[in-house]
Amino acid sequence: MAIETLVLGAGQDIGKSCVVVTINGKRIMFDCGIDTRFFDSPTHRYPDFTLISPNRDFNSALSCIIITHFHLDHIGALAYFTEVCGYNGPIYMTYPTKALAPMMLEDNRKVMVDRLGEEELFSADQIAECMKKVIAVNLRQTIQVDEDLQIRAYYAGHVIGAAMFYAKVGDAEMVYTGDYNMTPDRHLGAAQIDRLRLDLLITESTYATTIRDSRYAREREFLKAVHKCVSSGGKVLIPTYALGRAQELCILLEDYWERMKLKVPIYFSAGLTIQANVYHKMLISWTSQKIKDRFSKHNAFDFKNVKKFERSMIDAPGPCVLFATPEKISSGFSLEVFKHWAVSENNLVSLPGYFVGETMGHKLTSNKQAKDDADTKIDIRCQVHQLAFSPHTDSKGIMDLVNFLSPKHVILVHGEKHKMATLKDKIHSELGIQCYDPANNETIYIPSTHYVNAETSDTFVRSCLKPNFTFQKCSSVDICNSTTIDKSLMPELQVEDERVAEGVLVVDKGKKAKVLHQDELLLMLGETKQDS
Amino acid sequence: MWQHNVICHLAMNKGISSSGLFTCLSKGGGFHFPPCHMLNFHGIRILVDCPLDLSALRAFSPVPTALDCLPVEVSYNTDGNRFLDSMIGPGKRQKIEKLLDAKSLLFAEPWYKTVNNLHLWNASFIDVVLISNPMGIMGLPFLTRMKGFSAKIYITEASARLGQLMMEDLVSMHGEFRQFYGREESNFPSWLRQEELEILPSELREIILGKDGVEFGSWMPLYSAADVKNCMLNIHSLNYAEEALYNGTLVIKAFSSGIEIGSCNWILNSPKGDIAYLSGSSFISGHAMPFDYRSLQGTGALIFSDFLSLTDAQDSDDGDNYSVPIADKLLPMSDQDLAGFDHSSEENLEDKKKLIFISSSAIDCVKQGGSVLIPIDRLGPILLLLEEMSTSLEASDMKVPVYIISSVADELLALLNIIPEWLCKQRQEKLFAGEPLFAHIKLLEERKIHVVPAIHSHELLTNWREPCIVFCPHWSLRMGPVVQLLRRWCGDPKSLLILEDVLNPLALLPFQPIAMNVLQCLFPSGIRLQKVQPLLKTLQPKTVLCPEELKLQINFSSDQSFSVLYYTEAETLKVPYRRDSSELKIATDLASQFYWKMFKKEEINVTKLKGELLMENSRHHLLLNNDNKTSLGSLIHRSLPDSEKLMAALSKMSISGVVRHDMGDAKSLVIDIQDPYKALIEIGLTSTTITTADQNVASSIYKIVDNILDGV
Repeated sequence: MAIETLVLGAGQDIGKSCVVVTINGKRIMFDCGIDTRFFDSPTHRYPDFTLISPNRDFNSALSCIIITHFHLDHIGALAYFTEVCGYNGPIYMTYPTKALAPMMLEDNRKVMVDRLGEEELFSADQIAECMKKVIAVNLRQTIQVDEDLQIRAYYAGHVIGAAMFYAKVGDAEMVYTGDYNMTPDRHLGAAQIDRLRLDLLITESTYATTIRDSRYAREREFLKAVHKCVSSGGKVLIPTYALGRAQELCILLEDYWERMKLKVPIYFSAGLTIQANVYHKMLISWTSQKIKDRFSKHNAFDFKNVKKFERSMIDAPGPCVLFATPEKISSGFSLEVFKHWAVSENNLVSLPGYFVGETMGHKLTSNKQAKDDADTKIDIRCQVHQLAFSPHTDSKGIMDLVNFLSPKHVILVHGEKHKMATLKDKIHSELGIQCYDPANNETIYIPSTHYVNAETSDTFVRSCLKPNFTFQKCSSVDICNSTTIDKSLMPELQVEDERVAEGVLVVDKGKKAKVLHQDELLLMLGETKQDS
Repeated sequence: MWQHNVICHLAMNKGISSSGLFTCLSKGGGFHFPPCHMLNFHGIRILVDCPLDLSALRAFSPVPTALDCLPVEVSYNTDGNRFLDSMIGPGKRQKIEKLLDAKSLLFAEPWYKTVNNLHLWNASFIDVVLISNPMGIMGLPFLTRMKGFSAKIYITEASARLGQLMMEDLVSMHGEFRQFYGREESNFPSWLRQEELEILPSELREIILGKDGVEFGSWMPLYSAADVKNCMLNIHSLNYAEEALYNGTLVIKAFSSGIEIGSCNWILNSPKGDIAYLSGSSFISGHAMPFDYRSLQGTGALIFSDFLSLTDAQDSDDGDNYSVPIADKLLPMSDQDLAGFDHSSEENLEDKKKLIFISSSAIDCVKQGGSVLIPIDRLGPILLLLEEMSTSLEASDMKVPVYIISSVADELLALLNIIPEWLCKQRQEKLFAGEPLFAHIKLLEERKIHVVPAIHSHELLTNWREPCIVFCPHWSLRMGPVVQLLRRWCGDPKSLLILEDVLNPLALLPFQPIAMNVLQCLFPSGIRLQKVQPLLKTLQPKTVLCPEELKLQINFSSDQSFSVLYYTEAETLKVPYRRDSSELKIATDLASQFYWKMFKKEEINVTKLKGELLMENSRHHLLLNNDNKTSLGSLIHRSLPDSEKLMAALSKMSISGVVRHDMGDAKSLVIDIQDPYKALIEIGLTSTTITTADQNVASSIYKIVDNILDGV
């Protein structure tokens, strides 16, 4: 038996996450994302679905689709896959992901059609049709997809509703992490999972080699930069996704505004982000414990200082903070505002943590000196602050997770090629676990666990319960000698209970294998002897 | 940060009973008093639900007003009776029993009625408590504060939060009594004294002592807010269909039952078999996630514990002039008609009609200048009524204030908007559409309803306008803001009281005479009787445990695939939940190392097992054990081999040794091998042990011995 892993996206790369795993005849697609860097080329933008089924019969090829969270590089191709490619089978995602995904998909569709003048691949109605096929799941809910396939979601942090998914077919078990965060942030908790007996762990590796220091210091850096800018009358532009990061930073700012008694207005760019707050308010139970505990007194997503931003206010005088979409200042409203505000050195642009590829944000982060951008002809004079906290786990977190789960095999996805190679070696050498970092469209085969089933007799099970105590006196001298162990933790008398049972496996011709106690075997043999 | 699955050796199990034992402690009574059972499953003692019978509060008087000249009254009665006792003797007391009126209610700080039979059990012997709904937690603080109580408590997160609010509200409302009556003088209230009980009207005596007159011991003074807090710290809350693992051997899962948000049925899995517990359930719901019956399919045993339709049916038989006529249509349903469960649109429609009727009655009442009082009973109908009423108010363009008065209303209403995972499909669609889950969120924002913690809150006093519509606790009409408002309006023929239950004759006793209108409306819940049989056929358990009441109502005799056992209160039944045998999963790497022994005559292959036996997720696993001890397998045979034959065979393989007789009796044969390596062969009647330093040596000797033995 083998587990077959076909990486359709995010192999040695970030973007269009899509991994198809075949376990004991069941085929699961984990995530169905697009690559937002390739707006111009649909072939690069979408995963190559034909590798799943050359004749494009996806319904018989796949048992189900599992989406880990609502970011476009994990869900962006879903509507295309169901409505254009014709997949009709079950799709699973958490309640928040199902609630928030349509906003992301529709936003992305608009960007592609309206701003890039591209021909429409699917309509807004088709997104709605697609979402109707989605089955929403709760954390830790154990779902029987069919008789053999069982899946379960675990909390992943990262963004609201993000989940790691566990899947089990027969005796083979695996986990696909999606994106996760091992440390809690302003509005979300840390990832949580059970100790499982896994054959395979597929994990993201965005920060394969980075180890981050305290989040607290980074947050203070951000607040200081913002405060400095607004107190000298400047405007702060924070380009973000509509969801997740905007709420996190806003909680941070609200808190700071209250403490410092600031009166500078905070704006959300479009109705989009305001609407997102409505969703967040209903999804409180998916946020961090602190926010959950306080919700009845004050819902953390009821932002007191936040107002709606109108286009006419772009050139209005006075300081302000503005959250605008999209996160990458390559198009849309954030670009429009950027063009106006970037020309003044009083203003500040605060960029989110991670970029790949050719976007304005990337150009700004990679080379702050290149202040005169050739493509857009903007005289960039504003200050640039890069947010150093990210909703992804760092390399220590990845190692912790791998070590905790101790799977038989690890596959790395969603990262940069050379960094993943470093992490791969580290996992292999430090934890002794076989690790792979396949490129896109590559397939990895690993062996899977298989158990032989046998019935057990009562006598055998009962014999297993007989206690078999051994008592060991631990002399105080030994304790004094041991320097590593805390003395108070070492009892003088140690009791071990290693039980021994006498089991015999019997295979009678044409019957199922059965485990008996050896006394029973004698009886059984005796009986058959008399019979013959 | 991480939660650990318990991996434990099989040994941790507490011993296996031959089959499960089930004892019904109480059949409960209606929605607010769910049944309570004790189950011994696989040696683990499980208590299902721990409710309070809050309807027993009706034996008490609400906090008296200044007009009631109660102390004189009470002392007079007592003295008078004592005097009479001395005159005619206690034997004749029955004859002077007082007639039931408002004065005969108990004027004392109420105690609370727990499940009587639960007190027969030692709480410290309970291993697991399962709470199926928010009502089932109401008595739990009594248990958790007991010395020695250490059971693990499982409850869905939604039930836990609703239950906590209900308990906190109860404690806060009970405070009125404490304030009025002051500290209790003794640990034993005077009304519980035998002589006091005997002179009570029979209706009250039955409430206190039960039908059989034995429930004396079930009364408890209320727990404190600290007890509630402590209780909540001890619970283990579950998500929908989350697998909880108890002690490595028992997997516990909760699936929605539909009668309330967070209410659930249970599946218990052990290596020996599985049990489904079916509590009060509802196929349709206007607010909660409906009954998920599919997940209960195919268990070894099913405990049917839905008494809701049983009691409802009885009650509506009694008939009532006030209640809205409900035509209980008997839906014919084919056994195969699974879809029928889901498409209970007729029931849904009926409920909707009732809601429209109630809210139009309420609006008529307000139009005529009367106020409407709605005691908060079940959450579902109240929420729906609130929605229905505000829509009709909007449509009729009337500006009538709507008040919700409760110490926990604020928190409760906020809570309801953040548990979409436990709501019905239509409400979940609202989440996906980005709309508030319940209309009250919008109404609160628009300040169309006012939520205040108490009747004397400043906000209420400054805003109070009549006529108005008020929702407030408590449905027993003995405590909470409802008492004062009822006193205020009971004499007003224009006002309206809306009760969501059939009227208990005691309920309005303290408020007599009543001039205000009373509207009663029953929203049936529970599985309708005619659906029980098709449901059970769908679920296909091997055995069903049914309350005896169902014996008369449903004829299970014809061609069913399951056997039926009937249970009554306080009687223990054996539950045959088990599979024929349990499974052992053997790792393939271990299995490939097995040395098989063939018994040709019987055509049986046999191998000795060696490995590490684990109990994990309620399954037995046998894994490869890596510590190598140099003793290789012993095997069973039926008689001692001929020692000479064996020695000959050994020497053929150029192995030499000596047969040792010193420790031998006739039952064993011991051979010392000296050349070419050292080894010891011990052949007994039932086992052979080969001891050597080298595994290869052992296996070669083993083959030789095996050959000889096979010939025997």
